[in-house]
Amino acid sequence: MRGRLRALATAAGTLALLLAGAVLPAWALFLGTVALAKGLTILGLVFLMRAGLVSFGQGLYYALGAYAAGFLGEHLGVTDAFAVLGAGVVLAVLVAALVGVLMVQYREIFFAMLSLAFSMILYGVLVKTQTFGSTDGINVPPATFLGWAPAAGRLRVALYLLTVLAGAAAVAAARRYALSTLGSLAHAIRDNEIRVEYLGASVARAIYVKYLLAAGLAGLSGGLVALTVGHIDPEMAYWTTSGEFVFVALLGGTGNVLAPMLGSVVFEVARSYAYAYSPYTWQMLLGLLMLAVILFVPHGLGSLAERWSARRAR
Amino acid sequence: MRRPRMLGRLRDVVAALAVAGAAVGAVQVAGVGDAAAQARPARVSIGIVTFLSGGAAGPFGVPARNGAEILVEALNEGKVPAPYAEKGLGGVPIETVFVDEAGGATRQVTELRNLVQRQQVDLVIGYISSGDCLAVAPVAEELKKLLVLFDCGTPRIFEDRAYKYVFRTAGHAVLDSVGAARYVLARKPGLRTIAGINQNYAWGQDSWNDFRAAMLALKPDVKEASVQFPKLFAGQYGAEISALLGANPEVVHSSFWGGDMEALILQGAPRGLFDKTQVLLTPGETVLARLGRRLPDGIMVGARGPHGPFAPDNELNRWLIAAYQDRYNTPPTYPVYHMAQAILGVKAAWEKAMKAAGGRWPTTDQVVAALERLTFESPSGPISMSLGNGHQAAEPVAYGVTKFDQASGRSRVVDVVRYDAACVNPPEGVKSLDWITSGFKGAKCP
Amino acid sequence: MTTAAAILVDGVIYAAWLFVISVGLSLIYGVMRILNVAHGSLYALGAYTAASLVIAWFGAGGAPWVSYLLLLLAALAVGLVLGPLVERGVLRWAYGRDEVVLLLVTYSVFLILEDLTKLVWGVDPYYASQPYALLGRVAVAGLAYSVYDFAVVGCALLVGGGLWAVFNRTRAGRLVLAVIHDREVSLAMGINVPRVYVAAFAAGAALAALGGAITAPMISVVPGISVEIIVLAFAVVVIGGLGSLGGAALGALIVGLVRAAAVHTLPQAELFIIYAVMALVLALRPHGLFGRVELRRI
Repeated sequence: MRGRLRALATAAGTLALLLAGAVLPAWALFLGTVALAKGLTILGLVFLMRAGLVSFGQGLYYALGAYAAGFLGEHLGVTDAFAVLGAGVVLAVLVAALVGVLMVQYREIFFAMLSLAFSMILYGVLVKTQTFGSTDGINVPPATFLGWAPAAGRLRVALYLLTVLAGAAAVAAARRYALSTLGSLAHAIRDNEIRVEYLGASVARAIYVKYLLAAGLAGLSGGLVALTVGHIDPEMAYWTTSGEFVFVALLGGTGNVLAPMLGSVVFEVARSYAYAYSPYTWQMLLGLLMLAVILFVPHGLGSLAERWSARRAR
Repeated sequence: MRRPRMLGRLRDVVAALAVAGAAVGAVQVAGVGDAAAQARPARVSIGIVTFLSGGAAGPFGVPARNGAEILVEALNEGKVPAPYAEKGLGGVPIETVFVDEAGGATRQVTELRNLVQRQQVDLVIGYISSGDCLAVAPVAEELKKLLVLFDCGTPRIFEDRAYKYVFRTAGHAVLDSVGAARYVLARKPGLRTIAGINQNYAWGQDSWNDFRAAMLALKPDVKEASVQFPKLFAGQYGAEISALLGANPEVVHSSFWGGDMEALILQGAPRGLFDKTQVLLTPGETVLARLGRRLPDGIMVGARGPHGPFAPDNELNRWLIAAYQDRYNTPPTYPVYHMAQAILGVKAAWEKAMKAAGGRWPTTDQVVAALERLTFESPSGPISMSLGNGHQAAEPVAYGVTKFDQASGRSRVVDVVRYDAACVNPPEGVKSLDWITSGFKGAKCP
Repeated sequence: MTTAAAILVDGVIYAAWLFVISVGLSLIYGVMRILNVAHGSLYALGAYTAASLVIAWFGAGGAPWVSYLLLLLAALAVGLVLGPLVERGVLRWAYGRDEVVLLLVTYSVFLILEDLTKLVWGVDPYYASQPYALLGRVAVAGLAYSVYDFAVVGCALLVGGGLWAVFNRTRAGRLVLAVIHDREVSLAMGINVPRVYVAAFAAGAALAALGGAITAPMISVVPGISVEIIVLAFAVVVIGGLGSLGGAALGALIVGLVRAAAVHTLPQAELFIIYAVMALVLALRPHGLFGRVELRRI
């Protein structure tokens, strides 16, 4: 019963978000698209974090997804959203399949640092690549959808709807995965790997799958952000970008698959208002917000929603 | 339990798609209407985006913001000299909204949309980083709002794409490098070896590539002794200085700026880098007043155009220097001049458009048409929007050599040579690097 | 031959600087298991405080050599004031949480200190270059070096030697070592662990500030210097092995020499050489060169 209720709630939420596309002011539509798109990277990060692994290098896959979209659009003239997003996901997963072989052997801070090192190497390569405009980056031409090339206003709505649907599909798939045998190993791995091995499960395999999933989601997320923003640069692979993802993941909390989306939206809106109304001290406001969440809402903003719905259910 | 749930979900997805279609339709209907004739508003709001935090805030962002504040205040009080004596923009007071440029291009695209769509500014002036300029230009085009880029350097903006609503009222970075190469050769005709130390990001890479290409075009037998590319904001240049001292070139080119340039000077001077070789700092003017006696004599410096000590002696410039010095107790540096050019260019275009519309408040399209190919007065002399289909200014450039002045406690520039805009900018329609490698075809040098 | 000598000299000078700016990070991690992102802010605060003191001192016409003592004083002031403040005021409320949560707590502190620094000192640069030029220059392998560069090497040796002596020759140091090895057993043995934490964090903060203070005369002190230091210091201590004094020294030496070699022979690679070294070292030795392998509990 609980599961059905949740699925219904998710569908209703998705519908509400889709409908919102028609009424939201343009700036909010854009902010929402970027926030939900970034939420996909954070969702992938949350998979890893549930198993106790924190990647400070998700920017690597995020940037790969974005550069796939940018390269195809600007250099090969391929602007179809589904094609460039697919290419980004494939590229990210392929690279993750290689890097992941090494990564699964690492835990804790060493996993974090090694992932950071790999993303910084990509950053270095992108900065040296003149075809991609070095640190200035390149523009990404407006997306088309299976031959349909919408005008600017409609393109914004189309990208928003695409992001909402991608987000809803990812959240639904994530829930399904989290309940599967492989997915539910996460907490066990985090608590005690040796016990998991004694139970006959392969820790390395479980982590490898999570790593690939997280990379694929980050690739999709980077592609969506590239199409939405219309410009990409190596900053996407820089460690501060990855650090921000971790920051938002904790803001949202890791207990719930919807939490990354919620955290991402709250973060983007908070930062945007901090920029607008406190241009000299926005960093301090964000720092205070984060401290307040960590100290007073230890399980993230997502846990507030959980608590609220639990009370309602009673 | 499984099957019905699946079915239920399928139904939801279909519903979602239907709603998606409806939403698209709704927006199609709603998203029209930009009133042609407009009533004169109570105030005109300008979004101003410069670095207010991070490494570029001190040397560029905050001086530019200060310049904007002084200029807007004076304009609103009608205190700026002719031809800008009318209050505000065509009599309407100006209000400013400042935004921090820190945070990267994705952030800036979002903030530009917020400025225009949430805070409803009438136009935006801003952007120091070339990456930000490239990212925000298509957004202004999409939103059909006037965007004036005031400082960023990359020539790619108007060489790769054409824009209707985007302008740059300052020269692009090619003139720095071409002017630098001409100046170096004028002072050292027998030059054989050059070296470079530039930050390893687009600005530094482009600056070095342009300078090197210009040098080779003017004197093909010049050799590169050492080419250093430290990371941006590295701060420690001990090994690089050793490499430069060891290579012993006749001229060292650097486009370092801000804290990096100052660190290079502070670390290089005690080690004799500036006694042994001729160093050229393309944006060196920004530290003349700051470093005082710490700045060695004999360094070649530029100001990315005829700004600061290179600016002409006209009434606007005298007013700007006096007003800036009076409030901030230091002379204005080139970012202040670039900001002044942007604001005054907008004012000139706005009032020209109003005149053309018979005194009625102009639409954005009318202002845009007025700014295209406009020539307007500025503290740096007349500025012509003669490149990039009338959207890109062509500025002259000047270089000089530092000399400490005991009386003022600041360095002055001596042996100044000024190069006309037609000498250091490619002709309309020619890409910068092609122009340099062609041996500056079409350049008009005295 | 001269190139090799220059690489060696430049590498050692840079390594010494790296060691001073990163050893505090390693110390705090070793004792408290916190990867302190605010390390960068403490470095910047050290630099600003030192610059202000030096400028005021020379402005008042004080004896030039005293400025070196002022650098030290600035580091101590920042460490002793801000260290306990941050540890008691913020960090202790998050003890017992995941390492990554603690990391983000320090990141929040970093964001707050960043803007506070800007509010106090503004965005204009501060110059305190007198101590750098004061000692004159010396020729080594045919190249001119500032004597101050070698003073930094001396400072690194003093810091390293001092820390070694404290850990191995004093009672307080041994107590800290005990906490590093096993916090719970130390607690059970009656060691006042909270006090060790305050002391360790203050010492780490003072070392971060010392890094900033000795750097101040070489640079113009401006906003943004903090961010660059963080990843550099992380890389050094991760390569060497987190929480190990010898590791920080070895990590600094490796990074210093490799970077100097890149500058002299392959300048284009300078951008990512540190991360390449870090990835390589971690690939070969997953816990860094001097890192301890954690025992796994069944």
